[in-house]
Amino acid sequence: MTIKAAEALPISVRNVTKTYGAVHALDDVSLEVKSGEFLTLLGPSGSGKTTLLMVLAGFTRPDCGSLTFGDREVIRTPPHLRDVGMTFQSYALFPHMTVAGNVGYPLRLRKRPKAEIAERVERALETVQLGGYGDRRVDQLSGGQKQRVAVARAIVFEPRILLMDEPLSALDKKLRDQMQIELRHLHEQLGMTTVYVTHDQREALTMSDRIAVVNHGRIMQLSTPRDLYEHPANRFVADFIGDSTFLTVSRVGSDVVFGGVPLIHAGPLPDTPDLQLMIRPERIVLSPDGPRDGANNFAATATDVVYQGDSYLLHARLDTGEMVALRGAVRGSNAASLPRLGDRVTLTLAPEDTVLIDGSQT
Amino acid sequence: MSMQTAPSNAAGLRRDERLERLTLFGLSSPAILLILVVLVIPVGWLFYVSFIGANGQFSLENYERMISRRSYLRIFVTTFQVSLLTTGLCILIGYPFAYFMSQLPSRLANLCLITVLLPFWTSLLVRTYAWLVLLQKQGLINNWAISLGLWDEPLKIVHNMTGTLIGMVHIMLPFLILPVYGAMKAIDRDYLKAAANLGASPRVAFWTVFFPLTTPGLFAGALMVFILCLGFFVTPAVLGGGKVIMVSMQIVSNIELFVNWGAASALGVVLLVLTVAILWVASRFLNLDRMTGGGH
Repeated sequence: MTIKAAEALPISVRNVTKTYGAVHALDDVSLEVKSGEFLTLLGPSGSGKTTLLMVLAGFTRPDCGSLTFGDREVIRTPPHLRDVGMTFQSYALFPHMTVAGNVGYPLRLRKRPKAEIAERVERALETVQLGGYGDRRVDQLSGGQKQRVAVARAIVFEPRILLMDEPLSALDKKLRDQMQIELRHLHEQLGMTTVYVTHDQREALTMSDRIAVVNHGRIMQLSTPRDLYEHPANRFVADFIGDSTFLTVSRVGSDVVFGGVPLIHAGPLPDTPDLQLMIRPERIVLSPDGPRDGANNFAATATDVVYQGDSYLLHARLDTGEMVALRGAVRGSNAASLPRLGDRVTLTLAPEDTVLIDGSQT
Repeated sequence: MSMQTAPSNAAGLRRDERLERLTLFGLSSPAILLILVVLVIPVGWLFYVSFIGANGQFSLENYERMISRRSYLRIFVTTFQVSLLTTGLCILIGYPFAYFMSQLPSRLANLCLITVLLPFWTSLLVRTYAWLVLLQKQGLINNWAISLGLWDEPLKIVHNMTGTLIGMVHIMLPFLILPVYGAMKAIDRDYLKAAANLGASPRVAFWTVFFPLTTPGLFAGALMVFILCLGFFVTPAVLGGGKVIMVSMQIVSNIELFVNWGAASALGVVLLVLTVAILWVASRFLNLDRMTGGGH
């Protein structure tokens, strides 16, 4: 038996502003989190993503704005009455209590009978695959186990909203990858509305239904992982999610021109004076047989080839002078024929991979 | 071949090991000598003298006197009474003060810390006589209170238990505040946030999370205050006005008034044994506490 799914609540953030002196930690932020959704706040440190989470939890009082959980306005509700689960970057497990003491803490505060507490604690621990760990001391646990206990403590009282502040940042990569999948499953199983904060773009892409990219206290773009990656709203988002090369292009009439050649492109064309071509390294390919019809071709010289096991990374200088990165798969068939330093190569970009973006940083 | 070289080799290694141990012993000998001279020999001498009677022969009369005379019992009761009350008052005043300090921004907290430490660095005697000046019948406190109409007659707040306690609490407070403050500063604020998030009101979060995490510091501070109080002399002697007789004062009068080194030594031995016993019991509790995760 595990914890049963709680009825989720939508979150609505409207026009929330928080300033520290002259710094806008949050600048008129509005955000709708759908009921049962896994939404990630992604941004560099100091972007305001943690401040926004702290506003949701009630630890930071905004200057103005409104916040509702379902129909309930909670902007002035103190943290202990908000009834949301939360995990902390530091885990914040109480060192003077056992694992069961920690997990049972919210239930004891809610004055549940002893037998019920014991049963629900064990169920929560089983949910995070730590059944039977109740008597352990917190300092006997590994990092991954502490993380699971923190999650168990946050869900044991069946909150309808779960907030997670960089929960995996202290774990090593392998464990982090595993926990990402586990947390994802847990979310599917419990169905609570989840707001997740991270600065790790891969983690955000792996776990989220939707991602809000935050910078300078504002939401740059709110979209699905795929849409964010394929159609970033601006240069900042494109840069933050994935690696890319950016080439400045110009508009001549209805054409978009790079190096004197009009580009064939399939996607939307942003209305901006600062138009740029975004090239994802895995989307641009080598054409061993020369330029391909119906696609954009770039003549270049290989300047660096790095073998990375599962793939190789090619840096090439276009004849127009710009550097472009290309990532290709290494297979038995091409392993021998990887380009060498100084080779002349043709790089090809299909029209649907020819993404034009707003070059502004904000 | 290797079978032949191995034994001779082992003997050499053993010799090296012995030599190293000797060297280490040689290096630590000054410290051992110091402890021997300033601690073991005097305390041994104390024990020896305490078993010597008035006639210069071995005798238990110094200890018998302690049991048979009620005045001695009263002295021990007073000593424990004063120590317990001082410790209790230090906790009541020091804990909230440390808490207040721990919540201040660091610059103000450091300022507060200096106000705690300044008297700590001032001579004990000076502070004790300062209290005498403040507390006496025509002292600052009585004069002000009467002129403000708080009370009509000068209160007897010195040369008695009250004066002794006021002086001792003031002198002992830093010993309590410093470890408690240290324990409070070591508490991760995320613990309190987590408690609030899980449904604890600020008051509940304090009693279920903050206070338990400070108990190791509180125990350590209280123990230090209590042990120091047991052997305290200057303050009760000056502010007690002869009405508060503690063990240390009886030791002094045994020597200065009655020139009875045996009686004084016996009192010292009993005080020493009691102190060690208390420390031993307390250390077991403190260790126990650390084992349950309360320590840092």
